[in-house]
Amino acid sequence: MGGRATDMVLLDENGIRCDGRRIDEPRSVSIKAGVLKNADGSAYIEFGDNKILAGVYGPRDIHPKHLSDADTGVLRCRYHMEPFSVTERKNPAPSRREIEISKVIKEALAPAVMLERFPRTVVDVYIEILQADGGSRCAALDAASVALADAGIPMRDMVSACAAGKVADTIVLDVNNEEDQAGQADMPIGYMPNLNRITLLQLDGVMSLDEYKQCIETGIRGCKLVYEIQKKALMEKYFDGEAEK
Amino acid sequence: MSERRKRVIPGDVITSGSYRADQNTVLDGRLIVSTAVGVSEIVDDAVRVIPLTGKYMPRIDDMVVGKVTSHTSLAWELDINSCYVGFLPATDVFGRDFSARSDELASRLKRGDLVAARIANSDRSRDPLLTITDRDLGRIDSGELVKMSASKVPRLIGKRGTMIQMIETQTDSLITVGQNGWAVVACEDPNGLLKAKEAIAMVDRLAHTSNLTDRVREMLGGRS
Repeated sequence: MGGRATDMVLLDENGIRCDGRRIDEPRSVSIKAGVLKNADGSAYIEFGDNKILAGVYGPRDIHPKHLSDADTGVLRCRYHMEPFSVTERKNPAPSRREIEISKVIKEALAPAVMLERFPRTVVDVYIEILQADGGSRCAALDAASVALADAGIPMRDMVSACAAGKVADTIVLDVNNEEDQAGQADMPIGYMPNLNRITLLQLDGVMSLDEYKQCIETGIRGCKLVYEIQKKALMEKYFDGEAEK
Repeated sequence: MSERRKRVIPGDVITSGSYRADQNTVLDGRLIVSTAVGVSEIVDDAVRVIPLTGKYMPRIDDMVVGKVTSHTSLAWELDINSCYVGFLPATDVFGRDFSARSDELASRLKRGDLVAARIANSDRSRDPLLTITDRDLGRIDSGELVKMSASKVPRLIGKRGTMIQMIETQTDSLITVGQNGWAVVACEDPNGLLKAKEAIAMVDRLAHTSNLTDRVREMLGGRS
């Protein structure tokens, strides 16, 4: 896969990318926890031009009842793009892509959430993409993880996510929309920073084994940067932003 | 904040020492890791995290305030602000000679009634069982329901009940606090009721800060 043909210079001779970033520089990220009053937990993230809202309910009674599990809780996740989140109006009905992303986000969160403590209940995660700009699944996962912590659901670790990719034969951190469309590969990574475990790994594109290893390392570095911002968001909400005494 | 107390989020390593992993922590190899947002503390040989958010999880012998939502011919169902429904069996109210045929449950407790109850039994496989056969338990006749975060109830009660006693005397009210984060405030004077509600909201908001009893007393206009 060579990516779509484009006139855009994705990487110039000085190693500067199409949006002015260096190859190891992520977009600017800001997260705010607890933005919704009616959800048990919530978070809002701006990841570059992505704007995403996540709300968490639960643990609560599960409906329909036949989905309940006597041994453990159930995690449900919905990733949804608003009709106005992209340039052409998006049909609000769940698309094939949204169903897939809902599934991978659920599976990326599941190892962190201690559902076994709440048998017969459900934890619902709702993610609304208000504005999309490439890498929205990673940003959505970051927001969902903060919203889960905000809801007080026991977690083994936070889940941080960031993408890495291959653009103009170079491994770059945090692929944006243009690079995703025209680049050579895109690899979203979900990562539990304290446990040092990967919970999400997808790869769209072709790369050599060395590039693959380098790409994972780059992505994990991005996840660790995002983790600090997630931590700051929770500290701001619960400890008025005061640093540890 | 002492060295033994730390502000933590899920995944934070609290200690690698040989302690017991208590409330809201897990043992990962040799590390004790927090599973909630809160304040960690080491007491004797145990490490625990006092959470700042989260739903109430029923524990045996907890006193809770519940709201009757419905009943079958044998038991009432109570909302206890948890992910599980509380069951109050009819025999608990009517006594041993309860007969499903002749006794009408709605005659004792109606939908919407507030009840102070104790959790008699609770395990993973069943919904928690409540009881009201104890002193100070049973239907709460008057008062207003105030909701707060269940994790902050210990702060509302204070050390040996100092906080709650102070609020009660300053506002001349009677407050029934459930471990589930629901409290019922009964007060003759409407101003006292408002003040007491404000005090509970203040504790909820500022639970993680120190010297709270004095600040609440100041807000209520009292002297130490």
